[in-house]
Amino acid sequence: MSAFAIAQGRSVARLAHRYGAAAALVVVCAFGTLRYETFLTPENLLNVARQNSMLGLVALGTTFVIVSGGIDLSVGSVVALGGIAAAALSRFGGPVALLAALAVGGVAGACNGWLIVRARIQPFITTLAMMIGLRGLTLAITDEVAIRADRTALVFRWIGRGFLGPIPAPVVILVMAYAAGALVLRRTRFGRHVHAIGDNEEAARLMGLDVNRVKLAVYTCNGVLAAFAGALLASRLGAGQPAAGTGWELDAIAAVVVGGTLLSGGHGGAGSTLVGVMLLGIVLNLFNLEGTVSSWWQLVLRGGFLLAVILVQRRTTGGRSPLPVPPG
Amino acid sequence: MIRAFRTPSAHGAAAALLVLLVANALFTPGFVSLATMGNVALQVSTTVIVALGMTLVIATGGIDLSVGAVMAVSSVIGATFLDRGAPVATALAMLAALAVGIGNGVLVAYQQVPPIIVTLAGLIMGRGVAQVLVEGNPLVAFSHPSFERLGKGSVGPVPVPVLVALVLLGIAVALMRHTTFGRWVLATGGNPRAAHLAGVPVSAVKLVTYAASGGLAGLAGLIETARLAAADAGKIGQAMELDAIVAVVVGGTALSGGRANLTGTVIGAVLMGVLTTSFNMHLLSPAWAQMVKAIILVAAVWTQRTKAA
Repeated sequence: MSAFAIAQGRSVARLAHRYGAAAALVVVCAFGTLRYETFLTPENLLNVARQNSMLGLVALGTTFVIVSGGIDLSVGSVVALGGIAAAALSRFGGPVALLAALAVGGVAGACNGWLIVRARIQPFITTLAMMIGLRGLTLAITDEVAIRADRTALVFRWIGRGFLGPIPAPVVILVMAYAAGALVLRRTRFGRHVHAIGDNEEAARLMGLDVNRVKLAVYTCNGVLAAFAGALLASRLGAGQPAAGTGWELDAIAAVVVGGTLLSGGHGGAGSTLVGVMLLGIVLNLFNLEGTVSSWWQLVLRGGFLLAVILVQRRTTGGRSPLPVPPG
Repeated sequence: MIRAFRTPSAHGAAAALLVLLVANALFTPGFVSLATMGNVALQVSTTVIVALGMTLVIATGGIDLSVGAVMAVSSVIGATFLDRGAPVATALAMLAALAVGIGNGVLVAYQQVPPIIVTLAGLIMGRGVAQVLVEGNPLVAFSHPSFERLGKGSVGPVPVPVLVALVLLGIAVALMRHTTFGRWVLATGGNPRAAHLAGVPVSAVKLVTYAASGGLAGLAGLIETARLAAADAGKIGQAMELDAIVAVVVGGTALSGGRANLTGTVIGAVLMGVLTTSFNMHLLSPAWAQMVKAIILVAAVWTQRTKAA
């Protein structure tokens, strides 16, 4: 094969990798519009956006973790714990409930970070233990019963159920969070450090980056975002559910990877994760519109989707080594 | 070379088990009784069966989170096809479990997908498949005395599940100590590149360990199904991945791979069983036990790290 053909093949793969998810999103939306009259309506689309806004927040934090070369399996349990904390304290007012959720998430995330950077336990085992341990804690302190939220806590009620004009509040929050996340990941020193550590941790350390501090911050932020998503969910449901967020770690990882972020770290962005979240959300929406897919089948679909995407990613990035995707 | 193959110690697990047994004897009324011990032995036997496969997978440097879901799948398939006879049902259930294990192995060994992702997807999908097969029915009960003997019967004074676990333990120990395959497993986990260069079929070895883990989880699922005389897609094998991983790690097998301590795994599994039983006997929610086990996991890995450094 000539050098030109190789270069051409590579650039096709690179294009597929960078814009594959966006192209798939367009195709899926076109299919939905042609097949279902109800698909391309503001109600349906806003509903999909609102339903996926909590997962979107979790996936944003997971993007930072994966770009830094780590993984966080504990987010689903942190969602439940954050929701419980917010619902339990909502009788002291909305701000207290939200702060409590954020604090709980921050502590959980900081524990992850501390165990990873100080105790030097692999991220997957640390966050697996946190996933199982925090789920146990949540089930134990609630006796496996949902905790009702106080309906008079207005701020708390608004974040999950309110509207800003025609746009649901969770969608507003989601868009703002992604704008901030994209800015931080791309334009700030912290974002560069996250990329550098994910690309080559040893090199980042030798360059004088405070690797431990950056990683600690990344896991703490992810905990805070997951707990905030849990508070949003509790606000929308009117109660903190101890089983909330089960399996969300998988969905979050799927959304991040579908967007084109590499599991090996060092490459990826917030915008592509948002595309991944929406792609996953709209695919499930189409199955719902078809009306034949039980929630159990959805679990099978979600797992299969993730594996399929990872296998495709392996092909488009040429096996083990990630393609040198230019930043920006 | 000799050092790499030295059996890592399980003294910590043994000490913890001793402390837990003494504390239970003192503070748990009715703990020191034949009924309780028999109960623990039954419970531990399935954990041991699953943990044996997990030891092999972890020794190659991998992990298998799908074992609990595989137990549910084999349980549901076994119960569904029991009307065609126990041999057919057992064979189909075992085939399904092996298929999941082989699928895991192919993705990990030949596609280089991280084991944690593959088997996490397996965990979620397996539970989904089990629920789909029973169409959301919480419990599929049956009456089939000869199949139920797999879980309830006994040979002399020894319950069948305990006997099965002991036989499998014997096979696993022989495999790891006296066969080339055992040395391949440790070499693969110790340094896959070096092992590959030395002619070890690294990918095939990984595939076989994941298949074994799936098959053993399937067998454990059938045993629990036979014991309950019912399949429960939601409950069978729930959190088994936690018990098995903690048993392996507490037993002295390093998560980084390259080492395996099968006796330690058994001690770890007994520790998990006694822990579960003592929480049950004090009428505490199993959720608390789950939390304690997660803490033990972190503590055990931490100790391994400190020793290695």
